Amino acid sequence: MIIARILGTVVSTQKDERLSGKKLLIVRPINVDGSDTTGYVVAVDTVGAGFHERVLVVAGSSARLAQGMKDVPVDAAIVGVIDTVDVVQN
Amino acid sequence: MCLLMQRSSASLTLLTWSRIKMQLARVIGTVVATVKNDSLEGRKLLIVQTLNWKLEPSGKPMVAVDAIGAGVGELVFWCRGKEASFPFKREDTPTDCTIVGIVDSEQHVTT
Repeated sequence: MIIARILGTVVSTQKDERLSGKKLLIVRPINVDGSDTTGYVVAVDTVGAGFHERVLVVAGSSARLAQGMKDVPVDAAIVGVIDTVDVVQN
Repeated sequence: MCLLMQRSSASLTLLTWSRIKMQLARVIGTVVATVKNDSLEGRKLLIVQTLNWKLEPSGKPMVAVDAIGAGVGELVFWCRGKEASFPFKREDTPTDCTIVGIVDSEQHVTT
């Protein structure tokens, strides 16, 4: 799983019928210290995350194991909203 | 031709090995998420830093679900991909990165 920040939304009318009613969000992977990395991913939201929130993103076939994603053609899903990240530096 | 075949065989082996994602990592932190997928309730989320064969940090840290009770600072091994959900109820646990074992100590890693 990666940590990402929500950057925006995607609206798509013509899509696979199994994606109907699913919220598509643009997320940018971030480092554990909160700084942005480059690039972005379009992910399906399964938890009701909001703009600018830090979220957990599952990628690959595991994304289909999220709630309501069975047999849905996705390979990135938001499965949690992050409250805190604690990193212990040695 | 023979040389070419040997080369392609070698690169195929390299490719195969690079796809295997059970590696060593150090647990460097924790993540708290209250709102999450129901099947992740009660699961511990840890930040792991992948290590190379010399046990030096390599690559970016990732968030992993803990399957065996690891703690911060411990040397662990982990698996990625769909197999990461196998320690749990595999059909509905959305994880692509799971800690599946704790290495006894650094002395137990021989390279």
